Amino acid sequence: MLSCKHILTMDDLSAADIVQILDTADSFSEVNERRIKKLPTLRGRTVVNLFLEPSTRTRTSFEIAAKRLSADGLNFTASSSATVKGESLRDTARTLSAMSCDLVVVRHKYAGAPQMLAESMDACIVNGGDGMHQHPTQALLDLFTMRSRLGRLEGLTVGIVGDIYHSRVAGSLVPALKKVGARPIVIGPPTLMPARPDVLGADVVYSLDEALPELDVAYMLRVQFERAERMPFPSNREYARFYGMNGARLAAAKPEMIVMHPGPMNRGVEISAEVADSPRSLVLDQVNAGVAVRMAVMYLLLGGAESGVAA
Amino acid sequence: MALLLKGGRVVDPAVGLDATLDIVIRDGVIAEVGEDLSIPKGETIDCAAKVVLPGLVDAHTHLREPGREDEETVESGTRAAAHGGFTAVCAMPNTDPVCDTGSGVRFLLERAEDVGVVRVHVIGAVTRGQRGEALAEIGDMRAEGAVAFSDDGHGIQTGGMARIAMDYLKAFDAVMISHAEDSSLSSGGVVNEGVISTRLGLPGWPAAAEEAMVARDIRLVELTGCRLHLAHLSTAGSIALVRDAKERGLPVTCEVTPHHLFLDEEALSGYDTNLKMNPPLRTAADREALIEAVCDGTVDCIATDHAPHALHEKELEFELAPFGTTGLETALSLVNTHLVSTEKLDWAAVARLMAHGPRAALGLPNVTLAAGSVADITIVDPEAKVEVTRDWLVGTSKNSAFLGARLLGKASDVLIGGYFALRNGKVVA
Repeated sequence: MLSCKHILTMDDLSAADIVQILDTADSFSEVNERRIKKLPTLRGRTVVNLFLEPSTRTRTSFEIAAKRLSADGLNFTASSSATVKGESLRDTARTLSAMSCDLVVVRHKYAGAPQMLAESMDACIVNGGDGMHQHPTQALLDLFTMRSRLGRLEGLTVGIVGDIYHSRVAGSLVPALKKVGARPIVIGPPTLMPARPDVLGADVVYSLDEALPELDVAYMLRVQFERAERMPFPSNREYARFYGMNGARLAAAKPEMIVMHPGPMNRGVEISAEVADSPRSLVLDQVNAGVAVRMAVMYLLLGGAESGVAA
Repeated sequence: MALLLKGGRVVDPAVGLDATLDIVIRDGVIAEVGEDLSIPKGETIDCAAKVVLPGLVDAHTHLREPGREDEETVESGTRAAAHGGFTAVCAMPNTDPVCDTGSGVRFLLERAEDVGVVRVHVIGAVTRGQRGEALAEIGDMRAEGAVAFSDDGHGIQTGGMARIAMDYLKAFDAVMISHAEDSSLSSGGVVNEGVISTRLGLPGWPAAAEEAMVARDIRLVELTGCRLHLAHLSTAGSIALVRDAKERGLPVTCEVTPHHLFLDEEALSGYDTNLKMNPPLRTAADREALIEAVCDGTVDCIATDHAPHALHEKELEFELAPFGTTGLETALSLVNTHLVSTEKLDWAAVARLMAHGPRAALGLPNVTLAAGSVADITIVDPEAKVEVTRDWLVGTSKNSAFLGARLLGKASDVLIGGYFALRNGKVVA
């Protein structure tokens, strides 16, 4: 069992919770390799995917995770939900609450929406990404991927590169890395940094080339042009020159350094096609880990130890 | 009919009063102030253990009428004002439609005459529709009774427009109230830019967006000679600019709000939209600088920026919810709790900050406790216990940043022209 009822931010999880989630995800990962991938663990439980911002990979990942645990899952998306008819998030929460849902995964354009839901309903709430704030299950699947490939988390130096300001992934990954004893460095131009990156607990470096030799993991972020009011750098070409991961940088880094990216990738901007498709890129491993980690999160929040993993 | 206020601590620094005295009121005017006074017939109010102040006035109130009567009206807003101990409020023009014509001013003054519980002074818009593009009919509004002019809520973004407005205002001897915000710097910001914006993943509203505009407006005072009042200053940097302007003898005044004095960004542990205001709650260091400036006289008045909002709008996501907290009903209690009972300020300073300061800043007729003055009087019970709850608030909207607070001291009675607007803590309808 986890020490928390909801996973709204990484603050909700202790280091022990994180290890438990990753270990549980290891077991589910084996299940995902089987021909029959379904477990009866959450039979009769209802999981709602409340996705009020467009998302394909995260929604699909949660949906598959729920199905593999035999939960009854349903999707509320921005276009189908009542929010387009003007219903407030609190009313949506009250409505879902009245239908006795057990777990709600929420993805929302604005920060704090998962917390609002947690205050307005009894179900377990899992933050599936809120505004520029946090995306805890992404951080968990990233830790899972790093641990699977590198065999450890403690002591790793992880460079998170690019659009830190708009990134809820960075918002969760930085504290997650701190909790497991790794060292996060945020790397990018000052125009893509939050006001006080130090409060997240990361070192701040403006030059990728300066930090590169130290990195065990280069975690590349997509530049979220759609959220930026003004172009934060002169051109994609210039950005790629200073902050893009390419073959030359890969060659200059530690030979065992891995490259990760939460997707979707802007090939040619923050990551070259050559790197994206190289064996040192773990982008698809991350996607694969997403299902197992989300199964683990649902299982631990809803089922707990009582029903057992091995089925 | 005569009224005798018996044995209160009568405090008015404008006329050198701070003693236990009696006040006799006749025909709406203070007839006599002295010791052991009596009246042959009429009513005697026991003011023992109370503090008697010249009527408090709020320099910055949003009454929401016309346009958002579901949030507040002239009637409900002035009831809230009386409940909080104010004898007058100054209504900001960002209503729907904007108060940018003489008839808009007249409408509000007529509403106040009909249903107002306290006095209402009207602030007109500086630019048409508060769009910052062309002058509103400032002379017309002034002739109909507007006391001051402001594009509160937006600020005037271009220096050229602000300069024309400030030049023009001089012809009508009117003060410009500046909402200091460079929107190109604050755009999208909902909390102070810094620790909290980073922690909560919310767009930041940097102190520099206010300070850049304060600096510009002070320079325009030098250029035009127009009187300037800076609304709801929130940062240490703004205070430094005002202090410097005052030292240079410029006609610049400023106000701060109770929420910026008594709350800072650390209060935003979650996403409580009652703590979303414009300008946002700042750092603890800013807050301390504001308190210091209140105590040393740099700040002219404490003004509430009373901003009522409908519950269903405050229940939205933090970035979508409207800015603002109500303030009329809690301001005096907060000042007593945090500044007077802690001996940072005395009651004479409260009279300066909440009665004389705002009147002087906005050019309103002065009100004192001397014989001959109109009997606009606030009587305070400094030992009254207040718990700020939705039920305790009498205004229509309950979006107070201080819900749940336990405060010390409250207005017990408010007299306007000798008539009770608040009596024994209850609003007189």
